[in-house]
Amino acid sequence: MTTRTRPSRRRINLLPYLLVLPTAFFVALFTAWPTLLALYQSFFRQRLNIARFRQPTFVGLENYQALLTSSEFHQVLRNTLIYVLGTVPLSIALAFLLALLVNRRIRGVGFLRLAFFYPTVLPMVSAATIWMFFFTPDYGLFNTALQAIGYRGPQNWTANPDLALIAVMIVALWKNAGYYMIFYLAGLQNLPTDVFEAAALDGATIAQQLWYITFPLLRRTTLFVTTIAFISAFQTVDHIFVLTNGGPSNASTVLLFWLWQVRFEYLDVGKAATITVVLVAILLLFTVTNFLLSERKEVPDVR
Amino acid sequence: MFVSGVSSRSWGARLASALVTLISVLFALGWASIIVWAIVVSFRPESEPLGRGDVWFGSAWTLANYVKAWSLAPFGQYYLNTVIIVLTILGVQVVTITLAGFVFAHFRFAGQRTLFFFILLQLMIPTSALLAPNFGTIRALGLFDTRLAVAIPYFGSAFGTFLMRQAFLEVPRDLVDAGIVDGCSWWQLLRHVYLPPTMPTLIAFGLSSVSWHWNEFLWPLVVTISDDVRPLTVGLVRFTQLGEIGARWSLLSAATLLVAAPLLLLFLVFQRRFIQSFLHSGIK
Repeated sequence: MTTRTRPSRRRINLLPYLLVLPTAFFVALFTAWPTLLALYQSFFRQRLNIARFRQPTFVGLENYQALLTSSEFHQVLRNTLIYVLGTVPLSIALAFLLALLVNRRIRGVGFLRLAFFYPTVLPMVSAATIWMFFFTPDYGLFNTALQAIGYRGPQNWTANPDLALIAVMIVALWKNAGYYMIFYLAGLQNLPTDVFEAAALDGATIAQQLWYITFPLLRRTTLFVTTIAFISAFQTVDHIFVLTNGGPSNASTVLLFWLWQVRFEYLDVGKAATITVVLVAILLLFTVTNFLLSERKEVPDVR
Repeated sequence: MFVSGVSSRSWGARLASALVTLISVLFALGWASIIVWAIVVSFRPESEPLGRGDVWFGSAWTLANYVKAWSLAPFGQYYLNTVIIVLTILGVQVVTITLAGFVFAHFRFAGQRTLFFFILLQLMIPTSALLAPNFGTIRALGLFDTRLAVAIPYFGSAFGTFLMRQAFLEVPRDLVDAGIVDGCSWWQLLRHVYLPPTMPTLIAFGLSSVSWHWNEFLWPLVVTISDDVRPLTVGLVRFTQLGEIGARWSLLSAATLLVAAPLLLLFLVFQRRFIQSFLHSGIK
């Protein structure tokens, strides 16, 4: 093969391989290798806190069998499903709404954008620490606000088994919506105005314009935001450490948090590897499907 | 475009516009209340606990909470650790993604597509999902409880490589060909032809890399154990779990803001750049 720099020589140029080597090396070491390692380890029993199980023993598919039949796994999977299916569509809808609200020529719109976007640069653990106060029963601001609009339900958001998962989802919504908003904002600002003028002349209402023109035109933005929202929903668990620690009794434990717990608190290497394989499989299934659906999975028309 | 753009300034349209503005402001107040409350309370005397009634202002403003928080945990050391980790990652990434992006934009070679997709694997399997096996690798390399352990998984960046490749592809071919005719080496081509017009992309990537790794929590929690190497985020969570902290919100807010302040200030100053870089980045 030839390069553009030396079109006449026929011998293999080692230079490109050499230059890409550092990146390829680190991807191999911290992405490819651990994926294979997890797959391998998932066929072994190894528990570091039990003396006779310290050394890995081959157990075939036993780990998978145990996982599939464990009620804990079912609960975690259900929580994860609720968390992902709850936060992803809601944060995208919210992001779209916020983008519409700040895509106007009014005074102080910069402050509005700032108010929605700043959570993006705030560390999740910092944000969650402050949210702890907002969730405080009686005088926490979140409860105060809810009471003001007539809410009379339970207030111990982070300690109530029915509310803990919702609490961590609320924080994720608040943190992410402003981030996804900027993609929609950029999309909105790139829309052709003449289409809307024509539609308005034809008597289309604002709701009709949104539904029949704006939304379809921003399809690629939505696809892109869905991808990053989905991946983010699986990999962000920082707020769970601060707010609920997965509790009460696993009520707010999602897959990645559970993986951490199993590996670093229960020291169960085999089970952790099995959970890793499941997590990676879910992520790959989604990203590959998405890739095939969109063909050209690139940074969309946001520039 | 949607509501404000209604050209007939009828009474109804104006009312609708005002209503939308009101809704926006209410939303924004709700969103901002988190940080505003934290700032206000961090300056409130700690001896005046928040109770029913006044959860905002105390009798006077004080810096005592910041002093106290700083003395209860080694925040100075945490700062140093975070800065070192973030700059190490950034420094290495700038080199690796520039070289890799250059290779995929400039050269044609056997196995190019395979290699490119191999690197893009990192986009499909986020590093945080692999924390268990990666922890084993860090142990095996003898890096446990070092700052390098926190940084090293991010030395190669599929996203950065992709971003730089796209940017390099937009450099006019004529310019590159002229460089080749002039006898530029690959290094001179990169330095004088490819890099100057793509600096904004590199800066955009840098900003999102810095804010992503400044805020990272789970991986450093796993691979560090001592205060000498622990970053701010992990330090903050340890701090909130200290027995004597409890629900002392003034103190907690001060500590929280200590962690978040540098990035927030940077963001306020370079707002436009930041948003642009996050737009570019997508996957952080």
